[in-house]
Amino acid sequence: MKSSRRKFLQIAGLSALGWSICPSLLQASGHGGGEGGNGQGVRWAMAIDTRKLDDKLMEECVHACHSIHNVPKINSKQNIKWIWSAPFEKLFPGQMHKFLKEVPEEHTLALCNHCGNPSCVRVCPTKATFKRPDGIVMMDFHRCIGCRYCMAACPYGSRSFNFADPRRFLKEQNPDFPTRTKGVVEKCTFCAERLDEGKRPACVEAAKGAIYFGDLNDPHSEVRQVLKERYSIRRKPGLGTDPSVYYLI
Amino acid sequence: MLEKAIKGSKIYWGWLGLLLAIIGVGFGAYMVQLNQGLSITGMSRDVSWGFYIAQFTFLVGVAASAVMMVIPKYLHHYQAFGRVLILGEFLAVAAVSMCLLFIVVDLGQPQRLFNVLLHPTPNSILFWDMVVLNGYLFLNILIGWVTLQAERKQVPPPSWIKPFIYLSIPWAVSIHTVTAFLYCGLPGRGFWLTAILAPRFLASAFASGPAFLILLCYIVKIFTKWDPGKEAIQSLAKIVTYAIITNLFFLGLEVFTVGYSQIPDHLLHFKYLFFGLHGYSTYVPWMWASVIAGLAAVAILLNPKNRQADNVLAFACVLVFLSCWIDKGLGMISGGFVPNPLEEITEYIPTKLELMVTLGVYAAGFFILTILYKVAVGVKKEVDA
Repeated sequence: MKSSRRKFLQIAGLSALGWSICPSLLQASGHGGGEGGNGQGVRWAMAIDTRKLDDKLMEECVHACHSIHNVPKINSKQNIKWIWSAPFEKLFPGQMHKFLKEVPEEHTLALCNHCGNPSCVRVCPTKATFKRPDGIVMMDFHRCIGCRYCMAACPYGSRSFNFADPRRFLKEQNPDFPTRTKGVVEKCTFCAERLDEGKRPACVEAAKGAIYFGDLNDPHSEVRQVLKERYSIRRKPGLGTDPSVYYLI
Repeated sequence: MLEKAIKGSKIYWGWLGLLLAIIGVGFGAYMVQLNQGLSITGMSRDVSWGFYIAQFTFLVGVAASAVMMVIPKYLHHYQAFGRVLILGEFLAVAAVSMCLLFIVVDLGQPQRLFNVLLHPTPNSILFWDMVVLNGYLFLNILIGWVTLQAERKQVPPPSWIKPFIYLSIPWAVSIHTVTAFLYCGLPGRGFWLTAILAPRFLASAFASGPAFLILLCYIVKIFTKWDPGKEAIQSLAKIVTYAIITNLFFLGLEVFTVGYSQIPDHLLHFKYLFFGLHGYSTYVPWMWASVIAGLAAVAILLNPKNRQADNVLAFACVLVFLSCWIDKGLGMISGGFVPNPLEEITEYIPTKLELMVTLGVYAAGFFILTILYKVAVGVKKEVDA
């Protein structure tokens, strides 16, 4: 009796311990996409012409994005934004100086950078945030558990969380794009749904030539052409996230 | 042995009833949160983790501190800890249970919790945190129960438990190290981006955990007439003394590094916490209270005479616990998010509902702790008699 109970406990103990470690070993797999950043296939990128953008144009870009993606307008610190206008000094902290006369007051657009090495993808515990082979960092709203680790990891503040039910704040809905539920994170998707139809992202269309878009791996794309001609900077390059959004100065 | 939990005095049942009432209130608040979403909290787009995650971080430390008795007892055969070790292990069980509850109440979609198991993601530190926390919970329940059972039968613990005990030593270190890794591997969060975060977490754990255990020992002594032993408490007091000194020293290392390098990404968070930034200074009095409480505790504890006086030692332990709780349960998380990566300031203050949920989780932890302690002390008294 005694020895059989001891045996049972031995086996139960070891198997329970094994169970707590094993799931990772059984199905270990990454979700980083890969190819897009390595010079093969398509890698979508954006070049924002900071000189051409004005307040009105930026407002139109934000409206175009937020209206088609059912992004609610919430007037609180628990708000949601996929693309927004922010001053240079906030987007490029440490890269501005006080003798740079006009620039600090000027605003430009901020959005998800669809990083080549996205920290949000690295930290997500369920692969709800993942990188597609074409470099787009996507969200699976149905898999997200709402832990908000990706928000802590994003060094650009590009992610929003649905603290409340977002549908309450939508006056009009675009039936072609899903609305979200409370408790999930959301973000800009580079209009992946439009790219699949051969269209360009909504903000690029609304910007009337002030935003260039294309394949970073194609030397003939408009994005590569303009990056060749103009001086460009990226947000927080020192962090090694390899952003795909370029700012033309 | 569980039968010992269902026989108790009026005070025991009254205390459990009070805890159940608080759990009920917390559960009610949580129902509101389930219905309204995390919008009922003070969290925001900029401060996306708040009080729940801060309490989780703090309590991981309380749980990890059991190792400070396991090492002397099992690696150095220091027998005085034999009397209190079970209290440390059961405290770890209660603390880890609270940690897990805090993670659950923090989720936006708690019903999808098992996605972490269904889609295991080894590159996420959160995945490993789940592994080590659950593993540690299991280890402490197993070791605590088996050794207590052996003690009741007045036989030495079975030899098969030894590997689990030895495993529990690095495992205790791992729970707090992995929890620190949750924070210190993030780009663009200068406050946490420091290799000393894990050692800091461990130092504050080994101060606050044993300090709390000393207080629990006094409470047990008063209410159950069972004495955990002067020598064990004195040894714990020495551990607290060394650990709180180390904790403050590590804080000093951080302050020097960010202060002397003057790199804004790292410095601004300290400025915000200790001096306020652009007129925002909610945490300033708290952070200074933490530092002063820590220093005062060191001043008291360094003198052996103070440590030997029960009242003074208990007071110093309250100071240590308070100092570490403010540092980890309040400043560590908020300070990491403020200012945000765009150098904007959005302050975080927990809401009433958020505090009620928090209180409910703490009550659940104390409920578990009370029952486990009732069993442990019951067995100890039976053996002593």
